[in-house]
Amino acid sequence: MTEQGSPPSPPPHTSEWRAGARAAAPLLAAVVPFGLVAGATPAAAGFGVAAAVGMSTFVFAGASQLAMTDVLAGGGSALVAAMAAWVINLRMLLYSASLAPFLTHEPLRRRLAVAYLTVDQNYALAISHWGPRTRPADGSFMIGAGILLGVAWVASTAIGAALGTTMPEELPLDFAVPLVFLVLLVPALVTAPAVAASVAGGGVAVASAGAGFGPWSVMAGAMAGIAVGTVVDWLGSAPGATPDEPAEEVDPGE
Amino acid sequence: MSDVWLAIALAGAGTFAMRASFLAAANHLGEVPPWASRVLRQIPPAALAAIILPALVRPEGTFDLFQPRLAAGILAALIAWWTRSVLATLVLGLAGVTVLEAVWPT
Repeated sequence: MTEQGSPPSPPPHTSEWRAGARAAAPLLAAVVPFGLVAGATPAAAGFGVAAAVGMSTFVFAGASQLAMTDVLAGGGSALVAAMAAWVINLRMLLYSASLAPFLTHEPLRRRLAVAYLTVDQNYALAISHWGPRTRPADGSFMIGAGILLGVAWVASTAIGAALGTTMPEELPLDFAVPLVFLVLLVPALVTAPAVAASVAGGGVAVASAGAGFGPWSVMAGAMAGIAVGTVVDWLGSAPGATPDEPAEEVDPGE
Repeated sequence: MSDVWLAIALAGAGTFAMRASFLAAANHLGEVPPWASRVLRQIPPAALAAIILPALVRPEGTFDLFQPRLAAGILAALIAWWTRSVLATLVLGLAGVTVLEAVWPT
């Protein structure tokens, strides 16, 4: 607040835009390689550069773009391809619910801008930037991060589609995606509910994938993780430590 | 060809609807009750882990603990914990998986 002299102070949102873009910048190292793959895959299937760029612009969610490309390339209908994408993107409902309480005061057009730009990466960045307590937050952080990620995503898709199948297949570029999510997840694993939510979320996702849930497995895992994390959170904060609950493995430290 | 664009339009509209769902209605939200924020704050770890873990233990579509991606993932998780750096985790994680996939006995 107390800046030296009085230079024309920037518009209120500008610094949050910048903060968001700055926080998202290192993630480009993963977004760009994944974008190349997301462009090269539909190009290799013969859909053309325009369709690849269209997917990245209008769907803007890498895993679902690869899934719908897979369906279309295998001769599936447009509706089946879209349904594959919808199922994979169901977690966006959760992200939307999780973001909404922070942005109740923002005008509709800015909330819709945040919605369009919501991807895993800037969602996780924004929640850790704004949280842990729910409070009115500046959506500009997420918009700044989202525009940077979105421009890089569309541009790298276009490049990947233009390069097509000339990209070396032995480069494990797809592994950049779980790596980025690891960096977003790991610092949060300092509370019992977060650990429980991620163990249950990951475990159920793996088990349901093994049971043939296919694209539903991420959502199944997320829902299970939310349920288990909520219960652990509730048990941990209940006053009197819930004497009616059967005590298991009492921690001598606490 | 137009089938591809129809799929893009459908997938894009549906995905935007999911992204906008709660955000569009946010002005009708009152104070978020404590039980709701307790549920909502579980979403990031639950969803991220549900994306990450299958990529580490089912990289080829079958459950397998003895392969380079889980090993590289554990390495990357430790690096992420120590450094909190996206770049360090990405570079060392990708380097790790490249080396491990090259030398892994099959």
